[in-house]
Amino acid sequence: MSKEAEKQMTYHATRQGYGEALLELGAENPNVVVLDADLAKSTTSIAFKKHFPKRFFDCGIAEQGMMGVAAGLAASGKVCFTGSFAMFATGRAFEPVRNTIAYGNLNVNLCPTHAGITVGADGSSHQALEDITLMRAIPGMKVVVPADYIEAKRAVKAAAKIKGPVYIRLGRAPTPDINDAETYKFELGKARVLREGRDVSIVAVGLMVYEALQAAEALAKEGIEAEVINLITVKPLDKDTVLKSAKKTGRVVTAEWHTLIGGVGSAVSEFLSQNQPCPLAMVGIEGRFGQSGSPDELLKHYGLTAKAIKQKAKKLVSS
Amino acid sequence: MLKTTLKNKLQQKANLIRQDVIKMTGEAGSGHPGGSLSAADIITVLYFHHMNHKPKDPKWEGRDRFVLSKGHACPALYAALAECGYFDRKELINLRKMGSILQGHPDSRRTPGVEISTGSLGLGLPAAAGMALAGKIDKASHKVYTLIGDGESQEGIVWEGAMFAAHHKLDNMVAFLDNNGLQIDGLVNEIVKIEPIAEKWQAFGWETFEIDGHDIDDIVRSLEKADAVKGKPAMIIAKTIKGKGVSFMENEVDWHGVAPNLKQVRQALKELENNN
Ligand SMILES: Cc1ncc(C[n+]2csc(CCOP(=O)(O)OP(=O)(O)O)c2C)c(N)n1
Ligand SMILES: [Mg+2]
Repeated sequence: MSKEAEKQMTYHATRQGYGEALLELGAENPNVVVLDADLAKSTTSIAFKKHFPKRFFDCGIAEQGMMGVAAGLAASGKVCFTGSFAMFATGRAFEPVRNTIAYGNLNVNLCPTHAGITVGADGSSHQALEDITLMRAIPGMKVVVPADYIEAKRAVKAAAKIKGPVYIRLGRAPTPDINDAETYKFELGKARVLREGRDVSIVAVGLMVYEALQAAEALAKEGIEAEVINLITVKPLDKDTVLKSAKKTGRVVTAEWHTLIGGVGSAVSEFLSQNQPCPLAMVGIEGRFGQSGSPDELLKHYGLTAKAIKQKAKKLVSS
Repeated sequence: MLKTTLKNKLQQKANLIRQDVIKMTGEAGSGHPGGSLSAADIITVLYFHHMNHKPKDPKWEGRDRFVLSKGHACPALYAALAECGYFDRKELINLRKMGSILQGHPDSRRTPGVEISTGSLGLGLPAAAGMALAGKIDKASHKVYTLIGDGESQEGIVWEGAMFAAHHKLDNMVAFLDNNGLQIDGLVNEIVKIEPIAEKWQAFGWETFEIDGHDIDDIVRSLEKADAVKGKPAMIIAKTIKGKGVSFMENEVDWHGVAPNLKQVRQALKELENNN
């Protein structure tokens, strides 16, 4: 990307999309109820609290209880959105999410923020690196990882109409806006091909999508044409798009800011290894805990960069 | 009553810890000053007066243990550990920085003197119960202390640990409740109230004491009494002020998780120094 283009980039945290979508949903649908667990400012659900105080409930620092209450509300006809940090929503509350919400296919949407290593200075206890794995493993749970704030907002709005639970992974740190708010449409289970190429497919989610685009540009300068796919929905996987791309390029790199154990790379390789086996490399965190640091330092330290994507892609192409 | 010299010494230590909390969070640009300041006096009495420990030998078997269940108050813990000599005071400015031994929340693998990694609320108290149970199994004479928040008390796992500790008569365990009335989203009383809190702990089988958590005498005496309780664990409910010692932070919910800027650091330090 040119220096000029970089200057024109705008940045938002995906969590801002959550707060904005909730406001619209609150006005459109009187059945929408929002719960939080003492993090309403951080998750941005505080805006909903201000406008719809009778439909907002702060459950206190009690994530398991919050999920139980949400299940009961949903079983009584409400459409619930629950906020917390991804660590506590999927970690502490895993079992009520699995056994009450998902087992009952209830309309409880989990939209926790502060996912991934980019939580930064709070350190490992607050950096959910396993949440995609956990949520993906639950039958019937839909898993969405928005790449920017626009996508996040549309995904949250769509979740209100999707039957059963949806997990939407949101981040704390601002990331580049890559979608066009005018034309963007969210569709569950549909990936977007952001750049076409014939040599290698890069399948990315969340903030790694921007890195993937940067990597593709750098690769193009070296004569390698990378196809960049914003996966958006990890589950259900957009099999058609992934299959078509893998058939065309014959090589796939996946990129996520999450552990490599059971995450996006796993989801893609589980599918491809059985349907279109091809060389595949994964960018993500190699089964380690995080630590304190600035988001940028941490992304570099754990190899979650355009550079890392480029290197893996190059290696696949040259071997 | 404590001897005036001892009381003065402890008050000065607490004040030093408070100054360190301000400097550390200011330097880091993030962190949790409010809850660190409210816990400073309790942590001071434990580390500089009450606990039996050897900073130069952090793994000494006979040591009393402390678990900071409300892990976000770690700046106060780190300042106390450094002042005791567990590690160089120079480390304090590295709080929350990449590669630092002083992580944003306590990390037992990186920081000498940190017994259990915490930061996710509720998990410390049951872990402290486990340590106390190990002490019983080993017929050891050391004690296990822990500190929880009032917002943290909303977590179910706190009460699982509470029930377990009472069931197993863990009288070698003493917990503090940093009862400052605030959590992140507002007043504990307005989010999900925990009162009547003393009655709850009593109903769970604990001996309870109610003290002023900023009164050194009160903290020292309650610890002596709590240690002497037989057949059950003890909970010291400490009335505290979030942000205690820095006028513009006191009882201000917004100072939960925001670091002071340079100007605010200067003002806070000035107030604390005058208090010495
Ligand atoms: C399980 C879990 N949920 C949420 C958080 C985020 N969090 C950190 S501190 C805090 C408020 C703590 O309030 P309290 O226990 O009263 O502590 P204090 O007032 O002493 O700072 C919250 C919700 C967390 N660290 N762990
Ligand atoms: Mg509190």
